[in-house]
Amino acid sequence: MFTIDQKAKKFTISLMIIGLIALIYGFISNPHGAWPALLFNTYFYLGISIFAVFFVALQYVAEAGWSIVLKRVPEAVMGALPIFSLIMLFIMIASIMHWNHIYHWLHEGIMDPANEHYDKIIAGKEPYLNATFFIIRTIIYLLGWNYFAKKLRSLSILEDQSVGSKIHSMGISTSAWFMVFFAVTSSMASWDWIMSIDTHWFSTLFGWYVFAEWSAIGFTTIFLFTLYLKRMGYLNHVNENHIHDLGKWIFAFSLVWTYMWFSQFMLIWYANIPEEVAYFTARLEVDNYKFLFWFSMLINFLFPIILLMSRDAKRNNTRLIFVSCVILFGHWLNSYLLVAPGTLNTHGHIGFTEIGIGLGFAGLLIYITLNALTKQPLETKNHPFLDESKNLHT
Amino acid sequence: MSTKTLHGIFDDEEILLSSVKEIRANKIDIKEVYSPFPIHGLDKALGIKETRMAITAFIYGCVGLSLGALMIYNIMIIDWPQNIGGKPNFTFYHNLPAFVPVLFECTVMFAAHLMSITYLIRCGLFPGSSEKNPDPRTTDDKFLMEIEVDGDISKVKEILAKTGALEINEKDD
Repeated sequence: MFTIDQKAKKFTISLMIIGLIALIYGFISNPHGAWPALLFNTYFYLGISIFAVFFVALQYVAEAGWSIVLKRVPEAVMGALPIFSLIMLFIMIASIMHWNHIYHWLHEGIMDPANEHYDKIIAGKEPYLNATFFIIRTIIYLLGWNYFAKKLRSLSILEDQSVGSKIHSMGISTSAWFMVFFAVTSSMASWDWIMSIDTHWFSTLFGWYVFAEWSAIGFTTIFLFTLYLKRMGYLNHVNENHIHDLGKWIFAFSLVWTYMWFSQFMLIWYANIPEEVAYFTARLEVDNYKFLFWFSMLINFLFPIILLMSRDAKRNNTRLIFVSCVILFGHWLNSYLLVAPGTLNTHGHIGFTEIGIGLGFAGLLIYITLNALTKQPLETKNHPFLDESKNLHT
Repeated sequence: MSTKTLHGIFDDEEILLSSVKEIRANKIDIKEVYSPFPIHGLDKALGIKETRMAITAFIYGCVGLSLGALMIYNIMIIDWPQNIGGKPNFTFYHNLPAFVPVLFECTVMFAAHLMSITYLIRCGLFPGSSEKNPDPRTTDDKFLMEIEVDGDISKVKEILAKTGALEINEKDD
């Protein structure tokens, strides 16, 4: 059984205290800027925790054997899903109650032809973008994700106490349903929560882009927790072959993310249609964002591709940790750029509020994950692919 | 003393793999193993050096990238600059995003084709080359281990039989 050591406890609690201070400071000093900071941080950490569910489901539907010895890690990471879901729900309720101004299309009178704020393009999107349907959708995504997370977790615990492969087949069918549900809802959630900030603009691959980002940070997080547990003397069956496989995923999804990023950018840059280009001019023509825009893209691409390309690099823990930290930071910056220009216009900057909330949420995620790890033995039992995973060769 | 070649035939890759380990533990060199499909862990058990294919792939990719850049630079900037949607067309770096797909495809094409060709040359496979396979059954469901022995072959035969070879054929060189 895993126990949290005092150092980790103190560390995560101090991170959470920093986060709380940043939250209070942000909402007192500049509530208009604190809401977007809260939103992009929630988006980032909710992404990590929902991706952990996806990871578990992926292993079931692909009938993958390699990951079984570290299965408890993603299961613990998805323990953070309920709390980040609640925070996301709170932000969405606050938005439709007009406590904040994150979503331009929620402004009063914007869909009313008689009103001076009337916007014909936004009014045309009313059947999809209206407050009632919006909040119903958000609730459906979050309830669905949490339901599947709970179900997969309880199946995995049940498997330890049962014999035969009945539970395993139930896991496969649950995961298959989750895959279908998640394919639709992850895309729609990204349109609702992030893309609708820049209401006039749309991109057809935005859902994939967000999914690729969640994958990159999700695999990175699972890797870091796995290595932490290994360093602490747990997970004895995890060896350099499992680390190698996780390294491959981190490498691959960093490149998928870059591919999505570039596909979106290049088509819009080349076609040069004003209503599409507006999204990039809001980032590239503004001094606050210009540097971050290129910087986050370059570090998310160059560090993995240069440092993780060879086989030996993916088996080198130090190098993997370094790249993981870099891309977590890079994707965090990129999440900021998804939200800030559309909400704060040219006034956004990364300050104590943004960083503090980010650190606070990191503390929350780490604490919940470590706490979830103490609840169950780290060694799984009775999984049909357990032996395959223990004898993995890469 | 004459050199003799022994062919041990197996019908299971697990048995073959343990046999390979056993024979190498007895300090006997295995010349080659023929198999209808790749066997995981066999290259390690045979003590074969790690492939340098990855390095060639990297070099070929770099070659493709450079040649692609040279080609598109020559076509779109030097030889015949065209006004496409008002995009800048007198400098390479201004137009770089539009060239990325070309560079990417050139990299992939060069790496893939040159790697295949390298592989074929390394294996001695070219149009009209004779077959290297001593027994056609290894393209179906049998595995063959080839051992060259100087001198006493009975000991090697014994180990082969003990570790599960179905038949052992002897051949004079």
